[in-house]
Amino acid sequence: MNLSKTYGSFTAVSNLNLKIEGSKCVGFLGPNGAGKTTTLKIFTDLIRASSGEALINGVNVHTHKKAALASVGTVIETPEIYPSLTPREALGMVAELRGVPHAERRKRIEEVVTEVAMQDWIDKRVGKFSKGMKQRIDVASALLSDPTILLLDEPTTGLDPRGMSEVRSIVKSLKNKDRLIFMSSHILSEVSEVCDEVAMIDHGKLLVYDTLQNVTAKFSGGANIVDVGLTRPLQAGVLDGSITKLSGVVSAEKLDDKRLRIWCSGGPDVQEKILAQLVGINIGVVSFQPTSSALEEVYLNLIKDTL
Amino acid sequence: MTESHTPGNKVPNSITQVGITMRYTFRDYLRSRRFAILLVIVLLVSAILTVVVAHYRPAGPLASVLSFYSTWWGSFATFLVALSGVFFGGDAISGEFQNKTGYFTITNPVRRSSVYIGKWISAFIASSIILFVFAAIAIANEAAYFPFSVPWQFVESFLFAWFYLIAVLGFTFFFSSLFKTTSYSILVSALLLLIAFAIIEGLVSDLAQIEPWFILSYGSQIVGNVLAVTPHLLASGQVTYVPTYPAHVVTTTSTFGPRAVKVTITTFNVTITEGLAIIAAYFGVTAILGLVLFERKEFN
Repeated sequence: MNLSKTYGSFTAVSNLNLKIEGSKCVGFLGPNGAGKTTTLKIFTDLIRASSGEALINGVNVHTHKKAALASVGTVIETPEIYPSLTPREALGMVAELRGVPHAERRKRIEEVVTEVAMQDWIDKRVGKFSKGMKQRIDVASALLSDPTILLLDEPTTGLDPRGMSEVRSIVKSLKNKDRLIFMSSHILSEVSEVCDEVAMIDHGKLLVYDTLQNVTAKFSGGANIVDVGLTRPLQAGVLDGSITKLSGVVSAEKLDDKRLRIWCSGGPDVQEKILAQLVGINIGVVSFQPTSSALEEVYLNLIKDTL
Repeated sequence: MTESHTPGNKVPNSITQVGITMRYTFRDYLRSRRFAILLVIVLLVSAILTVVVAHYRPAGPLASVLSFYSTWWGSFATFLVALSGVFFGGDAISGEFQNKTGYFTITNPVRRSSVYIGKWISAFIASSIILFVFAAIAIANEAAYFPFSVPWQFVESFLFAWFYLIAVLGFTFFFSSLFKTTSYSILVSALLLLIAFAIIEGLVSDLAQIEPWFILSYGSQIVGNVLAVTPHLLASGQVTYVPTYPAHVVTTTSTFGPRAVKVTITTFNVTITEGLAIIAAYFGVTAILGLVLFERKEFN
């Protein structure tokens, strides 16, 4: 509430008011230096707010840290783990600090390590791990106490494509288990895929906080965007002569000889009709994929406005 | 942020969390070979002393039990304490910032003070073990030359060294909290404890003729001073060595040159009360300041 953080004359976070509740995944978007990590660090006692309060479940993080973070799992930046410890030991320490019952610890550690696909390395010293491997253990650490709230700062950073996919699957499965996830990310497709709501921040100020659908509807001209793949090059005149005249098509552009981008005036129902029409005009449709470009358009529109 | 679930785990109290941090830090000392390296140093020094004394049979150390302990223990114990303090405390806190291990630990529901105190206790235990090993070797060597005895002055000296260790760790933890880079914190601690204090003490007392009551190493002199002896010639012609704590202020006047220029030099020897007070003050101030610094320091 009214959260601000200044470093001398530089304002990293400016009067941020953001209330998030319920079971969902909220994407926290913004350019480099916008204040995303600063905000998350304030919520995890890594730094202190210059003014305002950071509350988790109504508890002030700075005055009652233990109570505030008891049900919170976090991955902030890329935490390093003591290199001489194994994942089992490092997670054992976290489990003890968080009060995971002794009888459940071993099983719980093995579960989360398996969840991040690091079971073959559970008894090897962390000092030998790559950055991506350590990041997986960091995610495991966040999941260890089965938290109700997760604060994730670009959790797929440093991971290979398989690792990124696995983390996204974990986040999606946690949504289904009634968890609140607050996740900062640079990868718009990731946010589109995983998040229900999005909060955008720039120069320390909150620009927008709403459902993904409302944000894209409000700031990208109300259009959804699909990319269409073709088996053969599009003939001259077909784009302007036929495709842009189809019912539900707001506009279309050629990405290359065999790919189109179509702005649709509605959601899945409209897209289904457009697909049927495209097949009907026999241009060789082989793929029809909604893109995250709507969110990208929102992002670029909003960030441009604050430059 | 709000969530309707209540946490299923019960976060332990801060004292328990101090114990948890202490255990894992100690494990890190053992695994990172830090403890082993210092142990090797102690064993090496002990081996050298053993060989030298056995081979050369110096008259001074072998004159009496207290002389033996004064030479063996008194001349190296304070250096060992300072070295242990730098080894185990020099980067205890700064490492959490530089190496980013603090992002793994501090983001859990644990107070920073619990982490600080847990690491401090672990450093104290590790250093104490080193000190005990050195003391045990000293006693074993004493038994080789004299009937086995552990005079109360040696016990007192050991306790003073142990107390000095507490202050040294407070001191090194303070610098570790002050700096975010391990090289700075280790270097400053080592330079001050192992070199600078001795130089300043000498300059202040010998040149300025002022008692250096504000220097920690001056306070640590009680470790060696309690083992001091004075030879006394008995009527029978036998020499005995009487435990004699050095006088607080010793003034000597010497004459130099053909004009018989008189020079008066004052030497200061810390009293036990003074020494304990200096050590306690250093611990009190540095421990509190170090903790406050760590509580307020930001992970930027």
